[in-house]
Amino acid sequence: MARMNMIEAIRDAMDVKLGQDDDVVVFGEDVGYFGGVFRCTDGLQRKYGKSRVFDTPINESGIVGVAVGMGAYGLRPIAEVQFADYVYPAYDQIVSEAARLRHRSHGQFTSPITIRMPCGGGIFGGQTHSQTPEALFTHVAGLKTVLPSNPYDAKGLLIASIEDDDPVIFFEPKRLYNGPFDGHHDRPVTPWSKHALGDVPEGHYVVPLGEAAIRREGSDVTVLAYGTMVFVAQAAAAETGIDAEIIDLRTLLPLDLDRIEASVKKTGRCLIVHEATFTSGYGAELSALVQETCFYHLEAPIERVTGWDTPYPHAQEWDYFPGPARVGAGLKRVMEA
Amino acid sequence: MTYYKPLSLYVPEPSVRPGDKPDFSKFAIPKAGSVRRPEIDVSEEEIRDLAYGIIRVLNRDGEAVGPWAGVMDDETALKGLRYMMKTRAYDARMQKAQRQGKTSFYMQCLGEEAIAVAHQMALSPGDMNFPTYRQQGLLIAREHPLVEMMCQIYSNSGDVLGGRQMPVMYSSRDSGFFSISGNLGTQYVQAVGWAMASAIKGDTKIASAWIGDGATASNDFHSALLYASVYRPPVILNVVNNQWAISTFQGIATGQSVTFATRALGYGLNALRVDGNDFLAVYAVSKWAVERARRNFGPTFIEWVTYRVGAHSSSDDPSKYRPLDESSAWPMGDPIERLKNHLIVRGVWSDDRHVQLDAELHDEIRDAAKEAESHGTLGQGPAPSAKEMFEDVFKEMPPHLRRQRQQMGV
Repeated sequence: MARMNMIEAIRDAMDVKLGQDDDVVVFGEDVGYFGGVFRCTDGLQRKYGKSRVFDTPINESGIVGVAVGMGAYGLRPIAEVQFADYVYPAYDQIVSEAARLRHRSHGQFTSPITIRMPCGGGIFGGQTHSQTPEALFTHVAGLKTVLPSNPYDAKGLLIASIEDDDPVIFFEPKRLYNGPFDGHHDRPVTPWSKHALGDVPEGHYVVPLGEAAIRREGSDVTVLAYGTMVFVAQAAAAETGIDAEIIDLRTLLPLDLDRIEASVKKTGRCLIVHEATFTSGYGAELSALVQETCFYHLEAPIERVTGWDTPYPHAQEWDYFPGPARVGAGLKRVMEA
Repeated sequence: MTYYKPLSLYVPEPSVRPGDKPDFSKFAIPKAGSVRRPEIDVSEEEIRDLAYGIIRVLNRDGEAVGPWAGVMDDETALKGLRYMMKTRAYDARMQKAQRQGKTSFYMQCLGEEAIAVAHQMALSPGDMNFPTYRQQGLLIAREHPLVEMMCQIYSNSGDVLGGRQMPVMYSSRDSGFFSISGNLGTQYVQAVGWAMASAIKGDTKIASAWIGDGATASNDFHSALLYASVYRPPVILNVVNNQWAISTFQGIATGQSVTFATRALGYGLNALRVDGNDFLAVYAVSKWAVERARRNFGPTFIEWVTYRVGAHSSSDDPSKYRPLDESSAWPMGDPIERLKNHLIVRGVWSDDRHVQLDAELHDEIRDAAKEAESHGTLGQGPAPSAKEMFEDVFKEMPPHLRRQRQQMGV
């Protein structure tokens, strides 16, 4: 067991797979010699050579396009998109190509590729270094979407994603890279070295895709969260004294609906939180599913606390971010209804 | 104060439209045999002029001339003729089937048969084509089963793609034919990735990427050239310039009077421009590029100059946007006629044998179509099950899809 932050855990996952499987390759902008702008691939080129870990031109459609071709050949590419905000030029290659290749070729060709991308706000990244566009991917048939909240899960989920024979969109909440940030931006963040989920086993292990985790057991209300919002929800529960059951979804698709259903049927209330915009966000899907599976157990309308329907702003970053105060107010609304 | 006239927008237009006389007077065609044949390790700077010329082997008298001649033996040439004629007969039959309502859609490659057929004959088993929708000749020249191809066109119970894809969007890993997307251009950069993988693994297989003149305007065309120029993988980048992108003439794709081959020069790629209706030229240049790729000298970009004789697809009517007789005015002739004449000049073929072969192929296609139709046609007879829809979305069906399939009751 080692103490790792999320960057080290993600790097370790790739290190393990590069070491185990000659078909694994890693590439993206600045990932080679330099080791990535967030250092997630630091040292991997030195260890595995330039033909397995390398820099690409600033052309995301090309990054994913060549990954699809490599996957069709039989490799298992890990492509890094430097920020989730930069993924849009690659959207056609992801949606029309990677996601559908198995289906349209009746299994002759597949896309066992993992597309990693840092997401989320909190670093004053403005509208082009802050987004979490998960709903654009969960909406697409043929993609799996993963969004870990801590080093242990990040490593295990990334290994599971790399080993998965279908394309996986792997979001990395960049505000969590160094510690469990709970939305109190004016306070220092506890480093992962002081958090239980910073204990990361060495070598190979997986956290299976499609399994949620309960981060806090409770009886008053179920909170559905993922990524940074898991810790924001924990802070909000502590500060309001509401006995919330907080579920960390970890994988958005496939979704662990059984665990969600069991919890909401137990508490009778549900709050959904995410950092992305409200309208047509993944929270809308979660809300519909909870309504469809738990309607007769609900004692209050389902609430959503999310980012506003605006571009992610720079100076107003903390006004946009759904921090503990807003999540706490959401908890109270759903309890008082 | 300086006066500026109001600006106006320039929109390119073809020189002729329906009702006009076809005009290829500005289309410069170098004499057969006049373009030199460089060594395969030639640098891009040394052959920039080849992006402007046209490599041709067959002259007007049907003789093979110049430095690109002498590559193809009689047996290979006769086989090539057969594959081209088979492709044409196949197209005619499938086009007719569409008109008879046996399928929703079809796309012929009439007049362009030499390109896919000769190119495939220059490749080896294990190499992978990333085709667009007018390269059925690649499958036919690989002797891919005709019945299987037809079942795909009919989306019937014998369709190996389970009815999921539109007609002509074939896929065959075994025949080196990557799944056709229908999204233009995306496959071009994927071919580069496949070739990069071959190089990463120390393999000797090569990829061949296909795109039409119109889709050279797409993002992924440029992504492909960029990645090909950066990593120099074993890939051939083919542009089939058949003059028309549905109704859009090539000035809209190029924006100026340049050849498509020159697109590669800014990327530092070796580029050649070739008479795509000259079977011997297509074969000789393909062989050159294949050898170059396989010996790790990197990518070759090839513009195949041809003409789309038929409509874009069964849903298109070219008389609405180009002169009706433009195809017969096309100055580079018909690829089958030209190879036939050459083989007669060579003394290994005759008009009689040609007619006989045509009849033979016609029967073969007819028999194959009958067999394919015994597995159903679109909307008639045996069809792929609705269950097919839910399979292969993922390797293993996740719970939400299982629920939806149960909901549908299949």
